[in-house]
Amino acid sequence: MTVESNAGVGMVHSYQIEAGNFTKAGEAASSIKRILRQLGVDANVIRRVSIAAYEAEMNMVIHSIGGTIQVAISPQVIVFKAIDEGPGIEDVNLAMEEGFSTAKDWARELGFGAGMGLPNIKRCSDDFRIQSEVGQGTYLEARFLL
Amino acid sequence: MRISDIISKIPHTILAGEEFLNREIKSGYCCDLLSRVMAHGPRNGIWITVQTHVNIIAIATLLEISCIIIPEDIKVDPNTIEKANEEEVVVISSPLTAFELAGLLYEMGVGYQQ
Repeated sequence: MTVESNAGVGMVHSYQIEAGNFTKAGEAASSIKRILRQLGVDANVIRRVSIAAYEAEMNMVIHSIGGTIQVAISPQVIVFKAIDEGPGIEDVNLAMEEGFSTAKDWARELGFGAGMGLPNIKRCSDDFRIQSEVGQGTYLEARFLL
Repeated sequence: MRISDIISKIPHTILAGEEFLNREIKSGYCCDLLSRVMAHGPRNGIWITVQTHVNIIAIATLLEISCIIIPEDIKVDPNTIEKANEEEVVVISSPLTAFELAGLLYEMGVGYQQ
């Protein structure tokens, strides 16, 4: 994890996420939860951010070739970003439908691939946006008002 | 109801978190699809699942699930037990099926509230 102070935005924490590393999977989300708890953020907001962070982190571990998770915390808003380096999502609208998943059998056997990750993130956040391009990667941003 | 009250009425083995059996349980949930658990899993609750890999501990920690019960004496990955002890999550295994466990817990008065 790296931390930098960013004037006007507050603290920014970054995490490198490795593709396919299930042993470490969930650590970024757990770290973000600990930070929010130390800051005394409302328990309900912590739960929503934790769920979103976990789902985004697992998406990156299962589907992407790796990327970065960033969380910026200011007194007004928590801005969560998950930016990966590919392969990109072919049909974002379809990926947003509950129940749709492209997860492989090995991931499904572990209980992943319910097709609820992105809908869970959207439901938990106050503002959600996702952009993706095949061959380029995916940019996901979720905001939580404080 | 405490975890210790619940497990005293079912055949079980304590795999992790033995020092936290006095936690109060308010709710129960039974599911093996992890995103569904993330969406509906109960805070301060008990979770029955056949998944045994280390990621279930991350889920329990994030949702503040107090106790995981693994049914049918399914063997649990040692990494999962180690992580559970680190994160203070109680992990119990039982020879009963998830269906039997859920039925017994429900009879004891453990319902569902998110």
